[in-house]
Amino acid sequence: MSLQKRKKSIDADVKITYKTYLKPLLYLLPFIISISIFTIYPFFNAFVISLKENYKALSGSFTGFGFGNYEYVLTNETFILALKNTITYVLWVVPISTALSLLVAVLLNRRTKLQAFFQTAYFLPLVTSAIAIGLVWRWLFNFDYGLINFVLSRLGADAINWLNNPSYAKIALIVYGIWSMMPFTIILLLAGLQNINKQYLIAAQVDGSRPTQTFAYITVPLLAPTIGLTMIVNMITAFKVFNELFALFNGKPGPAYSLYTVIYFMYEQFYVKYRLGTAAASAIALFFIVMILTLIQLYMQRKWKNY
Amino acid sequence: MKKKKLSLTSLITMTLLMCGAVIMIFPFLWMILSSLKTQVEVSMIPPTFLPSNFTLENYIFALKTAPFARYFLNSLLVTIACVVITMFTTILAAFAFSRLKFPGSNIIFSVLIAMMMIPFEMLIITNYTTIAKWGLMDNLIALVIPFTASIFYTYILRNFFLSIPDSLYYSAKVDGSSDWKYLWWVMVPIAKPTIITIALLNTIAAWNSFLWTVLVINSTSNRTLPFGVFAFIAEGGVRYERLMAAATIVVLPMIILFLFARKYIVSGVSKGGIKG
Repeated sequence: MSLQKRKKSIDADVKITYKTYLKPLLYLLPFIISISIFTIYPFFNAFVISLKENYKALSGSFTGFGFGNYEYVLTNETFILALKNTITYVLWVVPISTALSLLVAVLLNRRTKLQAFFQTAYFLPLVTSAIAIGLVWRWLFNFDYGLINFVLSRLGADAINWLNNPSYAKIALIVYGIWSMMPFTIILLLAGLQNINKQYLIAAQVDGSRPTQTFAYITVPLLAPTIGLTMIVNMITAFKVFNELFALFNGKPGPAYSLYTVIYFMYEQFYVKYRLGTAAASAIALFFIVMILTLIQLYMQRKWKNY
Repeated sequence: MKKKKLSLTSLITMTLLMCGAVIMIFPFLWMILSSLKTQVEVSMIPPTFLPSNFTLENYIFALKTAPFARYFLNSLLVTIACVVITMFTTILAAFAFSRLKFPGSNIIFSVLIAMMMIPFEMLIITNYTTIAKWGLMDNLIALVIPFTASIFYTYILRNFFLSIPDSLYYSAKVDGSSDWKYLWWVMVPIAKPTIITIALLNTIAAWNSFLWTVLVINSTSNRTLPFGVFAFIAEGGVRYERLMAAATIVVLPMIILFLFARKYIVSGVSKGGIKG
C-alpha cells in the first residue's frame, strides 16, 4: 500500500466527533474572531447599509429599504466624474508603467554589475509612504520653484502650472502614479523572467536569432501570463487611487474639484458629508469592478497554467 | 570581435539602467537635499543641487513645532503591535489549515481566499462604526485591532507549512511532543525566512497606513507619522524645505529597513502579487 493510500485509510478510521474540530478551532480562534468582526461582518453590512434609506450612523435610524442610494450614486455628476477620472488614470498608468517596467526588468535580468544598487534604486518607492513622497512630488511640480518647471525652462518651454490647471494636474497625478507603480511591477516581471527556461533562449541564440528577435518572439510570449496578471493586479490598485491624490492636492480632489476618484468620492460621502448609505453604495460599485477584474485574473491563471 | 560586441550591449544596458535608476531615486535625493537647505536657497533660480551650507534647522523646526518624536513613537507602537499580533494569529491559523487538517478545512480556506478580493475601503464604513461603538475613537488601539489577522499572510505561510514533510510531525509525535510544542519548536524555526518576509510586508503596510488613521484619529498626540506629516502642512505652512525635512523623518526608517532586508521584501512581493 502506498503511503498516500495508507494515510487516507488511517484518516478514514477516525470518527468525526466534536473533538475532531476542537483542536483546530482553538488554533483558528484568534484569526476567526478578527476576520469575522473586521472583514466578514463589514462586508455583508456594506450591502445592508447601502440599501438603507436616509441612514444615520449615530442614531442608527433609517426610513426603509430601497435602492435610493444606488440611484443617487449612479446619477450623481460627481460620481460619474470620479468614475471617468479613475478610468482615465487606470488607462494611462497601467500600460505605461507595465511597458517601462518590462524594459527595466529585461535589463535587470541580464545580471549586470551593481545589481544591489539597481535593485535598491528601482524598488525603493515600494516601501515609502505615499503621503510623504506625494509631498516631494508636490515640491517637484511646484509652479515657481519646482525642479520640473526649471528643467522645462532650460529646454525653452514655458512653465506649466501643474497643480492648479485641471488638465495638467491630471498629468501630474498620472506621472506620480506611474512612478509609484513601477517597483512592484518590475519585481513581478523579473520573477516571471527568471522562471523562463533558459534552454529556449539558448536554442534561439544557436539558431542565429538576434537579441531583439529573441525578445519579441520568445521572451514576450513566454512572459505573457505574468504580464497579464501584473496588469490586472495593477488595475485593481489603480482603481483604488486615493493617497497619491490626497498628498498631491493637499487633501482636495485636484484643482477646482476636477480630479475626484471613486475612493475620494466614497471618502467624501462618508467622512465629510456623513452619507453612509451612498458611501456604501459607491464602495460596492468599486467592489464589483475589483471582483470582475479578479475573476478575469483567475480565469487567465487557469488558462495559462496548461502551457 | 565577439567580446567587443558583448561589452557594447552591456554598456547600453548599464547606461539605460543608470538613467532609470536616477529617475526612480531622484525624488528621495531631492527630498533629502532640499531638507538641508535654507529658505533662501530652496527658492533660488537656478536651483542649487547640493546645499551651499548644510543646515539642520528645518529638522529642528519640525521637531519643535510638531511633536514628531511623539508621532514616531506612536507609529512604532502601532506597527509593532500590529505585526506581533498578526504574526501570532497567522502562525496559529496557518498551522490549523495545513497540519491539523479537519473535514471541510479546504472549503473554508477557499472561501477565505475568495475574500482576499474585498477592497479594504469597502469595510471602512462598518469598521468605523464598530470602533465608535466600542469607544475606541481617537485611541491608538483603534489603529491596531482591525489589522490583527490577514488572510493573505496566512495563505503564504500555510503554503510553506504544507511543504514541510509529514514524517517530521509523526516522528515528533512519537517523541511525545504536543502539537503546540511541535508548532513553536519545529515548524516556526523552519519557516523563519517566510515569517520574516510576511512580518516585513506587514511592517511596511502598518507604517504607511493613512486613510484609516485620518478617519479614527483626532488629537495631535495620537497621530502617526504619515498623518503627522500631512497635518504639518497646515501647521508649518507651505515651506518646502521644512516639509521635506518632515517627509524625510517619515520615509527614512523604511528606507533603512529596506536597505537591510531587501531580499526578504522582494521575495515576499514576488510571492504574493499583492501590495503591502
